[in-house]
Parts: sequence; structure tokens; C-alpha cells
Amino acid sequence: MDVAIVLKILIAAVAAGTPFVYAALGELVAEKSGVLNLGVEGMMLVGAITGFIAMAKTGSLLLAVASGMTAGMLMAAIFGVLTLTLMANQVASGLALTIFGIGLSAFLGLNYTSIALPGIPELPIPLLSDIPVLGKLFFSYDILVYGSLALFLLVSWFLYKTRAGLILRGIGETPKSAHALGYNVIRIRYLAVLFGGAMAGLGGVYLSVAYTPVWVEGMVAGRGWVSLALVVFATWRPLRVLFGAYLFGAITIAQFHVQGLGIDIPSQLLSMLPYLATILVLVVISRDLTAIRLNSPASLGITYHPENQ
Amino acid sequence: MFVKIEPRPEPSRVMKYCSPLIAAVLMLISGLVIFTILGKDPAQAFHAFFIEPIHDLYGIGELFIKAAPLMLIGTGLAVGFRANIWNIGAEGQMALGAIFGGYIAIIFHGSSSHFILPMMILAGAIGGILWAAIPALLKTVFNANEILVSLMLNYVALLLLELLVHGPLRDPNGYGFPQSVLFSDSAMLPVLIEGTRLHLGVLISIIGVGVGWVFLEKSFTGYQLQVAGLAQKAATYAGFDYKKLIWIGMLAGGLAAGIAGVLEIAGPIGQLLPSISPGYGYAAIIVAFVGRLHPGGIFLSSLLMALLYLGGESGQMNLDLPSAVTGIFQGLLLFYLLAADFLINYRLRLTVRRGETE
Repeated sequence: MDVAIVLKILIAAVAAGTPFVYAALGELVAEKSGVLNLGVEGMMLVGAITGFIAMAKTGSLLLAVASGMTAGMLMAAIFGVLTLTLMANQVASGLALTIFGIGLSAFLGLNYTSIALPGIPELPIPLLSDIPVLGKLFFSYDILVYGSLALFLLVSWFLYKTRAGLILRGIGETPKSAHALGYNVIRIRYLAVLFGGAMAGLGGVYLSVAYTPVWVEGMVAGRGWVSLALVVFATWRPLRVLFGAYLFGAITIAQFHVQGLGIDIPSQLLSMLPYLATILVLVVISRDLTAIRLNSPASLGITYHPENQ
Repeated sequence: MFVKIEPRPEPSRVMKYCSPLIAAVLMLISGLVIFTILGKDPAQAFHAFFIEPIHDLYGIGELFIKAAPLMLIGTGLAVGFRANIWNIGAEGQMALGAIFGGYIAIIFHGSSSHFILPMMILAGAIGGILWAAIPALLKTVFNANEILVSLMLNYVALLLLELLVHGPLRDPNGYGFPQSVLFSDSAMLPVLIEGTRLHLGVLISIIGVGVGWVFLEKSFTGYQLQVAGLAQKAATYAGFDYKKLIWIGMLAGGLAAGIAGVLEIAGPIGQLLPSISPGYGYAAIIVAFVGRLHPGGIFLSSLLMALLYLGGESGQMNLDLPSAVTGIFQGLLLFYLLAADFLINYRLRLTVRRGETE
């Protein structure tokens, strides 16, 4: 294979991995605060269709992004009310959110199934993108890809370099102590959950507006679930999330390239790859019980309410 | 007047059984609101959605046909859910049941033996169990999260079914359409009531729910599952083998879903198609919760959920309502249930600020 093909595959992998970057980093922040939101798939779907509608109606990417994020946040707010205020089981509530999101997005998208959007333009960074090979690989994506990298930097900085990030992580470990220190556990968890929703929504927008700019019912196709697995795979660390996202991006596009090389494998078998890879990755990571225990937020998935202690 | 929230001294038994009803009523009210927003006459839409589909015997038959897989799978899932073992893979386990059962129907095509149907059901059960065994094995041996693994396997199973009906299991005389041969009569579940499509599978599903009830409520293992779900530490101290419970919890769902898959293809469908379920495996999760993880409740909630499916179809035909509304109703129902469950442990009290006696 020559450089051009490898380059093409790598660039495609970054694009395919970008929805994972958004959704998984958002979920990472929520999980770091101790909340497990299994509704990522549903939030991504609703974000995808809302962004798609906004784009189709106005042609403004900014509005598409804003409405997709808002929609994701609204979905996350439902989850927040259920699990944080009403103390419902997080697993059941997250599943409900996904089921609801699948239905809601299908409903909202009824009149948009036959429309194709123009996509969004690439924004090669001047000068830098002219560097041979590397310029193309690093500096010639659309704005949402750059945005996902900015998000990565922001999340890493926030979690590990700011006081607020420390508090958030503290709440994820022992909400009781954080409460005793005077922090409003419920409010901070709400913020983390809403952030997760906004990012899942944005990941959805990227899918429907930039990556494959048409609306297809259920087009997120399990990416929300893969994002959840990515957080485990990354043992709750932002840099590993980024790496995992691009790895899975590469696996998602592998099917097209394998067929392109003329290898005769049924397309369904190739489509299974990302899902099988997710299982494999989960097994490899989870096998190491100590690593999981050390890295996962100690209160993850456990309902906490200050008045309930 | 003010609403004050206060914890109950002990969980309310009344609310435990009332909250599904509250959820159902809230869902109906939301339905009326949604119909109105869509510009339909609420009363007319309500009638089309919830009354029209079951106004005659045929409709009631259809209701039970749709409820059958939901109640069977819901009961199977409840076994695991009771112990906080989350099998989300029923949709895929159902597909595997259909593949295994359908394979028997296809290789014995044309035979009129009475053993074909029982063999299909047995094969379907094995298929569902094997598929559910994967997350159980990975959970017990490698600690891999069963939610994510079982869910990923849904996508894999549906692709597998699609692959098979496009290739090896396709009807050779079917002009290339991705579907198997139409099953012989010997591989089809007989219709029980004249004038309806109500088939033997419905009866089998109801029996399945009964078996689930005996297992969950009367067996020691059922008791262990309950304890493990309520207080895992207590279960550990009592010496219950949690790994064994994981296996039982996962495989019960796989067994039920596998059989449900066979009953679908040998009942209403009559052949293998690329898609054999409108999301029953997911809807059954809601059915299990709304039914309070109790087989009796699951039976009732499966009827409600089946009505939502029928209502979606009827609303689409009669009022041009999008059938996607069904999915919204399903999600809302579970939201409302989870919210109403708050009232099990808390009560709302109306207080007048001044002159409050307590």
C-alpha cells in the first residue's frame, strides 16, 4: 500500500472516530461525577435529528450544533430528574432514555428521510496543511473535528488541572464526603449529566450533518453504546478515550476498505466488526479487576441523595 | 398550600402496585397531548389508538399475538433483573432462536412429522441460551459488563440473521428475495380460535409466564435472586453463589427470547425474514419493569405494551398518525413508572404553612 492510501484510511478513521470522541468524552465527565447514563445512544439520536432539521431548515451549522446540543441536554435533563432528583435506578433510567430517544428521533425525522444535506466544508489550516503528508493528516478537517480535539483538551484540563474538576472527581469517588465539605453533590452531578447530554447531542449532529449528511432512522447504529464501552476501555482517562475513538473509527471504516481491496467477504460479516471489537476490548480491559477498581469512580451508578443518608 | 416531600417510614406496598397504574394514566394523558399537538382530534385519535384495535374478537386475538413474545421475554428477563443482572440482549437472543428453529423448519421442509414443531422450539431455546451464554461467560470469567456485551450481540445477531437469509437459508425458488421458504404446515403453530390468528404460541407463552411465576416465587433459587438483587452483600454472606445466579439470570432471558423467536416465525410470520421482530426484545425490558418484575404484572403490562403496538398500526392506517408514536409512548411509560416509583419511598403532603400541626 502506498502512502496515499494509508493516509486516506487514517483521515477517514479520524472522521469516523469523531462522534465517539464527543459522546465518550461527555459520558466520561458524567461518569467521573459518579453517574452512569446508559442513554447515550438515545441522546445521540435525538441530537442527530434535531441538528439535521436545523441544518435543513436554516443551512446554518451553528444553529445545527446549538440545537443538537440543546436537544441532547434536554434528554439528559430527563435522566437527571429521574436519577438525581427522584432517585430512580440509573441503569433502568438510561435504558428508558435510549428507548425513548429511538422513538422520538424516528418520529421527528419522519419528513426528513429523503433529504440530503450538502455536508460541511473542510477547513484546511493555512500553511500547516501544506506540509506534505502530515499537513493532510493533521490539519485538513472540518470544523467539528477540530472542535472534538478542543473538547479533548478542555476535558483533560478541566478534570486534572482545575479545582472544579477535582471537586467533580471527588464527588464521583465519595459523594458523602463532598457533601460534608459543603459541595452541592446533586447540582454538580446535574451539570455533569447535562454536559454529557450536550456532547452526545453534538456527536449525533456530527454524524447527521457532516459524516453522512442524510437522516436515516436509527443512524447512530450502536455508536452510543460503543462510546459507553470506550469509557471503560479508556479506564476513565481522556487521552485513552481519544485513542480508543480513533481505533474504533478505523474499525468502522475497515469494512469499506476491505471490500475496496476486492476481498470477498459478505458485507454483514464486516459490519459485525465494530461490535465484536467492542466485546473483545471490554473483555481485555475488564479482565484486570484491579485496574478497573482503581480507575472507575467509586460511586459510579450508585444513587446518592444527601437527605437520604 | 405547599407540597412537602417527606420520606416514608417504610416503603409503601400500595404505591408499589399503584405506580404502574399512575404511569399508564400519565402516558395516556401525554398521548392526548401529543395527538392534539399533531392536530388530531384527541377523542378520535384516542379511539383509533386504544379502542379500535381491540373492538372485536379478531383484534383481541391480535393483542394476544403481540403480547405473547413480550410476556414470555419479559418474564425471562425479570429473572435476571431481580438480581441486578442486566440482560439487554433479548432482541439478539430472539433472532438466534429464530435462526435455530427456522433451520429445523427449512431442513425438514415438506415433511409432515409431528415432531418438527417441538424440535423447532427446542432448537430455538438452545439458540437463545447459547447467545445469552456469551455475556454470561464473559461476565463470570472476565468481569465484562453484561449490559454492553449483550447489547453488542444484538447487532451481531441481527446481521447474522440478515446474512443467512441473504445466503444459505434463502429460498432457492424465491427469485432472489432475502427470505426463506414458507414453512410447511407441520412447522406452523395451529390457530386456536376460529376467526382470529391466535395461535398455539400464545398459549405456550402464557404457560411460560406461569413457569416463571413458580420459579421466581416458589423456588429457592428464585428467592436467592431476589435477595441478591435487594442486598448483594447479604446474599454473599448467606453463601449464595452469585456467579451461578448470573448464569441463571442471563440464560433465563435467553431461553425465553429464543423460544419467543421460534414462536414468531412459526406463528404470525411463517418463514425467516431479515427482520423478525419490531423491537420486542427492547420493549420486553419495559414490560418487565412496568410489570414490577413479577410474572403476573408482566402478563398485564405485556397487554398494555401490545396495545401500543396495535394502536400505532391502527393510528397510522386510520388517522395517518406516524407509527413512531409507539416508541415515544413506550419510552414515556417507563419514564413515568420510574418517576412514580419515587412515591414508594416518599410521600407528598399538602401543608398550609401557618397552623401546621406537626
